[in-house]
Amino acid sequence: MIDGLIFGLQILLLVSGCFFFALGTLGLFRFNDTLCRIHALTKIDNLGLGLVILALLTMTPSVASGLKTLLIWWVALAASATSAHLVARAVRIHEPSLPDPLREREHKDG
Amino acid sequence: MTLVLHLVALFLLLTLMLGVVRIWHGPTAADRMLASQLFGTTGVALLLVLAEAQQIPSLRDVALILAVLAVFSAAAFVTRVVRIEGEKTDRHAVKGHDDD
Repeated sequence: MIDGLIFGLQILLLVSGCFFFALGTLGLFRFNDTLCRIHALTKIDNLGLGLVILALLTMTPSVASGLKTLLIWWVALAASATSAHLVARAVRIHEPSLPDPLREREHKDG
Repeated sequence: MTLVLHLVALFLLLTLMLGVVRIWHGPTAADRMLASQLFGTTGVALLLVLAEAQQIPSLRDVALILAVLAVFSAAAFVTRVVRIEGEKTDRHAVKGHDDD
């Protein structure tokens, strides 16, 4: 009974993790502005990664590898947070007047 | 269970391939840089899933290294584009030619 429950939980976590990964990649295409893409990419992919790692934690053979997976998760979180900030700052400096989609539409209509 | 893990790994690989399309299409270098961030997170997840599916513990170290290298690539990109001392920077690297 219990391992059926655990199996179901693992499947649920893995599927939702993959769902958020797909969402993040979709966001990378859907948004037309670099900063929105950074936003989508970093947050959603990290959530997907977190869910996948939670599912993997329940399967790890030993405590050591479980702790290593957690360490990898936190390094990946810190890595993507800092790199997203760096790229956003680089983009931000070069586009002081960020093209606001609403304003662009007004220009087109007006 | 390993079948599920392999399916998840396959799905993550497909998301990676989508990232390659963004690299090819991306107007500005910053978008291409984003796709490399995508490789960072998705690659780590893919490696961890494969480490569990095929019982290769060393893949976890590879995932750790990939996560760290993702930061170096972003830092390298930013320092090339935004000179710390603020001299003339490589404008077209960030803003595409066509959307000026």
